[in-house]
Amino acid sequence: MVKAKINNVDVEVPEGTSILWAARKANFTIPTLCSHPDLVPGGQCGVCVVEIEGIPGLKRACMTPLGEGWKVHTHTARLMEIRRQLVELILSYHDTDCLTCIKNNNCELQTLAATLGINTVEWHNLEERLPIDRSSVAIVRDPNKCILCGRCTQVCSNMQTVNALAVNHRGYSTVITAAFDTGLGNSVCINCGQCVVHCPVGALYENSHIEKVWDAIHDPDKFVVVQEAPAVRVMLGEEFGMEPGTLVTGKMYAALRRIGFDSVLDTNFSADLTIMEEGTELVSRLKTGKGLPLITSCSPGWIKFMETFFHDMIPHMSTAKSPQQMFGTLAKTYFAEQRGIAPEKIVSVSIMPCTAKKFECQRPEMRASGFQDVDFVLTTREIGRMLREAGIDLNEMPDEKADSLLGEYTGAATIFGTTGGVMEAALRSAYFLVTGRELESIDIAPVRGLKGIKEAEIDIDGLKVKVAVAHSGGQARRLMEKVQDQLRSEGKSEYHFIEVMACPGGCVGGGGQSWGSNMAKRARRGESLYAEDRSLRYRRSHENPSIKVLYEKFLGKPNSEKSHKLLHTHYYKRSTVDGNIIAEQ
Amino acid sequence: MYREQLLKKFNPALDNILYILHELQDNNPEHYLAKEDIRVCADYLEVPYSYVHSVASFYTMFSLKPRGRYIIRLCDSPPCHLMGSQSLLDYLKKALKVNVGETTQDKMFTLELTSCLGVCGVAPAMMINEEMFGNLTPAAVDSILDKRRKEL
Repeated sequence: MVKAKINNVDVEVPEGTSILWAARKANFTIPTLCSHPDLVPGGQCGVCVVEIEGIPGLKRACMTPLGEGWKVHTHTARLMEIRRQLVELILSYHDTDCLTCIKNNNCELQTLAATLGINTVEWHNLEERLPIDRSSVAIVRDPNKCILCGRCTQVCSNMQTVNALAVNHRGYSTVITAAFDTGLGNSVCINCGQCVVHCPVGALYENSHIEKVWDAIHDPDKFVVVQEAPAVRVMLGEEFGMEPGTLVTGKMYAALRRIGFDSVLDTNFSADLTIMEEGTELVSRLKTGKGLPLITSCSPGWIKFMETFFHDMIPHMSTAKSPQQMFGTLAKTYFAEQRGIAPEKIVSVSIMPCTAKKFECQRPEMRASGFQDVDFVLTTREIGRMLREAGIDLNEMPDEKADSLLGEYTGAATIFGTTGGVMEAALRSAYFLVTGRELESIDIAPVRGLKGIKEAEIDIDGLKVKVAVAHSGGQARRLMEKVQDQLRSEGKSEYHFIEVMACPGGCVGGGGQSWGSNMAKRARRGESLYAEDRSLRYRRSHENPSIKVLYEKFLGKPNSEKSHKLLHTHYYKRSTVDGNIIAEQ
Repeated sequence: MYREQLLKKFNPALDNILYILHELQDNNPEHYLAKEDIRVCADYLEVPYSYVHSVASFYTMFSLKPRGRYIIRLCDSPPCHLMGSQSLLDYLKKALKVNVGETTQDKMFTLELTSCLGVCGVAPAMMINEEMFGNLTPAAVDSILDKRRKEL
């Protein structure tokens, strides 16, 4: 432990604690801009500078561990003036058109300027406007809003190991872009959106589909169906001031009906369907011993990551489409048929915690229904904006139910939204498919939680099935390198089944989540999903009555010819230079 | 193919990145780092393309745009300014019909500015590729440019 004084208040903190956190313990908040609780401090912005008696110069509180006996001052007149000047300098090259900025009221720079009491900027604004990068279908980058804090490059290179974004050029011309200055749409970017949720300002945001969805809703000739991903129901409440992790399934359905969606359905239904298809695939691979380990394919960020950096793993990928895309196909085939609606009139909208889903929905192969299966994807943030635009307060909504056909779901589906969930859901059903009996202990604890790569072993009638779960690009890379090594040296891997999600924490930590998210909030959202799972009548995908009806009436059985045509997909080899397709596999 | 031969001169250690980039740029017929140059360098050092691009774009001695056969680097330091480098710059811009950082249409000359060349005694000065010229006047510049044009 280290004892010291901060602004004459005694503090005692574990050795290595930064002055920033020590000060919070003493109830002083040192202002910050580039610092983020989940990232390594980089000291780029300099706003957190403090004075230490007997030590010349100023120290950055975020990256200076508190020393024994130090007397630290955090808010002297000199420091307050320096902070104001620093922020004024940042504002002098920042596009300060706050009212029309996507981050208006959610911007850390805006908040900081208010906190520091900045009322004029003494420096004249550079006014030089750079073009906005709209090359990506998922993510927009506005260099004029960028303050070069480096959070996005840190998550892109360290957390995700994608290395799409980097600092380029120098001095006033410094800009954060993809390599070769060709835009994010022509780069290895996997569209995960972690840069977006970590950006303190409005420099990174999703390519919005809001206008198009309003147009569809207001068009009387269109029948607009909506699906919501598992993670959205534990995130949307935060958009309306609720505690992180509040479960709002019923209120969400009610709100979506009120803003004019013609049918409110649920991605969780197709998550159960994914388990039926993927679980059956797992069972057949376990029986033949070929194509193991099987790797999950629900995360579109992971899919592009794999296609770019690990395309030799394509034979191991589950061919099952993600729940979003299965739903999209069924909405324009089964649902259209059963409800007697012409598929060309259906506009299929999904609400996702994800920016990569915007990329996935427009992939050329995702047209099994004969139309683009999912027309528009809204992030949790976007649907929050739409509800506010429509004057709807989620807090005041009654609890309603989803519509039938594609609305019913089990506990296995709802845990898809957190890391380890797909794995657990698949094992619950795979056990039944192999043994004909139900898994006794339905909670598979070792695959839960937010720690790094998770492993577990499940005994299915004497066959020890070894599984692994990775969440984040960095973990996926480490796990895949290990599997590649095993396949090369021994001809087989120790794992039978692997779940990969591109975002830390799984979908509850997705790139489409509410601004200001951190790992602690992600964990609470995940816990809420497990709580919902426990509360549901059915907790195994194969028990879902609507799924049974779907197979009876329409698909036949899992992995049937019709299922393969509608619910399965294929993958591409992509270039590590620009992310574009090189070859079909 | 020539690029792979060039790389063999260096250990694949990150410390060598600047040497490798210089070698690749010098051997590129258009005196710049093409996408392919960055690609081979990154693959050789086993680092991301975005990293090498980031390094290449930081240093002013590297160009990411194709340049002419002759790169003119006019000294932009105070002693050369005192000795009239500004009017020489205006003269060069007019004579070559380019702005700073641009290449003539015939791809012969690229006009650049440089910080001090260390030959203040003969200011104003400039370099063309590896060769140094001092005590410059518009007439001297004319004859230097003409000589290079005739060399073709």
